[in-house]
Amino acid sequence: MEPAKTVHANQQPIVQVKKRKKLTTDRWKSILFLTPSVILIAIFVYGFIGWTGYVSVSNWNTIVPDFSFAGMKNYHYLLNDFRFQADLRNTLAFTVLFIALVIILGMGLAILLDQKLVRGESIFRNIFFFPMALSFVVTGVVWQWILNPSTGINLFLKNFGIEPKWYTDTNILAGFEWGKIEFGLPVAIIAVVIAAVWQMTGFALAMYLAGLRGIPDDIREAARMDGCTEFQLYRKIIIPLLKPITVSVIIMMAHISLKIFDLIYAMTGPGANFVTDVPGVNMFETTFRGNYYANGAAIAIIMLLSVAIFIVPYLWSNRKGES
Amino acid sequence: MGISKIRRPLLYIVLILFSFFFLIPVYVMLVTSVKPLDEVNLADMWSLPSALDFSSYSEAFGKLAPNLLNSFYLVIPATIISALLGAMNGYVISKWKFKGSEIVFTGILFGMFIPYQSILIPLIQFLREMGLYNTITGLVFVHVVYGIPITTLMFRNFYANIPDEMIESAKMDGAGFLGIFRYMILPLSISGFVVVGIWQFTNIWNEFLFAATITQSDQQPIMVALQNLSGSQIVQWNVQMAGALIAALPTLLVYIFLGKYFVRGLLAGSVKG
Repeated sequence: MEPAKTVHANQQPIVQVKKRKKLTTDRWKSILFLTPSVILIAIFVYGFIGWTGYVSVSNWNTIVPDFSFAGMKNYHYLLNDFRFQADLRNTLAFTVLFIALVIILGMGLAILLDQKLVRGESIFRNIFFFPMALSFVVTGVVWQWILNPSTGINLFLKNFGIEPKWYTDTNILAGFEWGKIEFGLPVAIIAVVIAAVWQMTGFALAMYLAGLRGIPDDIREAARMDGCTEFQLYRKIIIPLLKPITVSVIIMMAHISLKIFDLIYAMTGPGANFVTDVPGVNMFETTFRGNYYANGAAIAIIMLLSVAIFIVPYLWSNRKGES
Repeated sequence: MGISKIRRPLLYIVLILFSFFFLIPVYVMLVTSVKPLDEVNLADMWSLPSALDFSSYSEAFGKLAPNLLNSFYLVIPATIISALLGAMNGYVISKWKFKGSEIVFTGILFGMFIPYQSILIPLIQFLREMGLYNTITGLVFVHVVYGIPITTLMFRNFYANIPDEMIESAKMDGAGFLGIFRYMILPLSISGFVVVGIWQFTNIWNEFLFAATITQSDQQPIMVALQNLSGSQIVQWNVQMAGALIAALPTLLVYIFLGKYFVRGLLAGSVKG
């Protein structure tokens, strides 16, 4: 027994050492593979965010950099600024309308296309999908022309006695005094929402179609056997089953809408009275047209925080779900 | 059966109505772009042209051709490099998990959601220091760096479908980290590269914020040039629409011929793989 034990004890470490050594070199190689990206992300994402944060509390509001400490002065200025207050109102209105419409249209069209009745389904799908391949700049240029109040769609609507002013309208619906601005739904925002919905509905549609295809047919059959009407089937069973997709769509659309810039910049710009201005456009003009770098940095940090509120919990729960 | 008789036409009516909504911009773009200038006015916007006039295309192309070329110089290397980095990262994160690799992955992933405004000021300072400001090379670098999160995510989700047993048995046969990547993973990655490549090509081609802030005049990619064209004082709508179509054509063609992969990329990029 004694010798056997010794042999056993001797063998084990040899094997282990050999195995561990091989694993270690591969382990090192794998970490080396990841290193360039990790360093780049550490510097260009996290480091630069920190740097922007630093600029946002500095006095750099001319063309010459000035990193003297300004405290919260720039944030204080922004929160009391007519333009930035308008941005917050517009972003809120845009985000709510945009997400709601993308979900309603995306889910609705997905359910319609998923009916076995439709022939030529792929033609419709492609018609609804293709705007996603376009640039927001192209979308902006084209919709600017279509929703131009003196032309475009109004040439038809005139026959019915309605002539909306679209993105040139300066009215605020359901408005009330709030800070320096009139809070409410700016009518001009609706025009921009139409263009954005046109572009992004395909995204939600693709997600919902994939989701619907993933629901096994026997669930529908069983519900029908139990006397469910089609309407009840969707309301009580299918739509609740699609909830994880709805959450993903909301997150993806929310982060797009909170940082939206190119569509609005190409289509309307800030607009009269800043009715279509958003933080992305404001930041761009403040920083690169006006040379108010510290103010621009503060806008950027507020944008980042607004996105992070959605994204961090989402990434965190996804990470947990996988381990 | 009786219900479907009513439902089917109703379904088609709704779908066709929505198709109109989605095709309006295409109609406007096409019709306006082939009109002679004197027919491009507010009242005749929706009517068909009396004769086909392609002069707006030659004018738009003449103005945009250098920028179109810039965009190709930008998109091709940026797509290839960011896809390769994504494949390397995705391989490690899905097949060589280590303690904390999920946290590293989440940390990388966060980079795809940030508003790029929040890194833009230091980025431009950095590019100026490096002499890369107002160069296509600088723009390639920027798109490679900020493309890492999405390409890593897509490849990680793609490699998650390759069974771990295959990797294990390759290890048993004595293959190492690089050997497995080179001789097993890469040959299996072709459709992954197609999906990621199309996605990056489309996104970088269409990108505007970096392009508008990092480059000027003769270095500008197509989207900035298009925006300048439409922002100019003389509004020649036919030239603008022709320009928009020219700018959109490469990504539209990719979508038309490889749309399946484009949609697959979209689904792969929405976090839950």
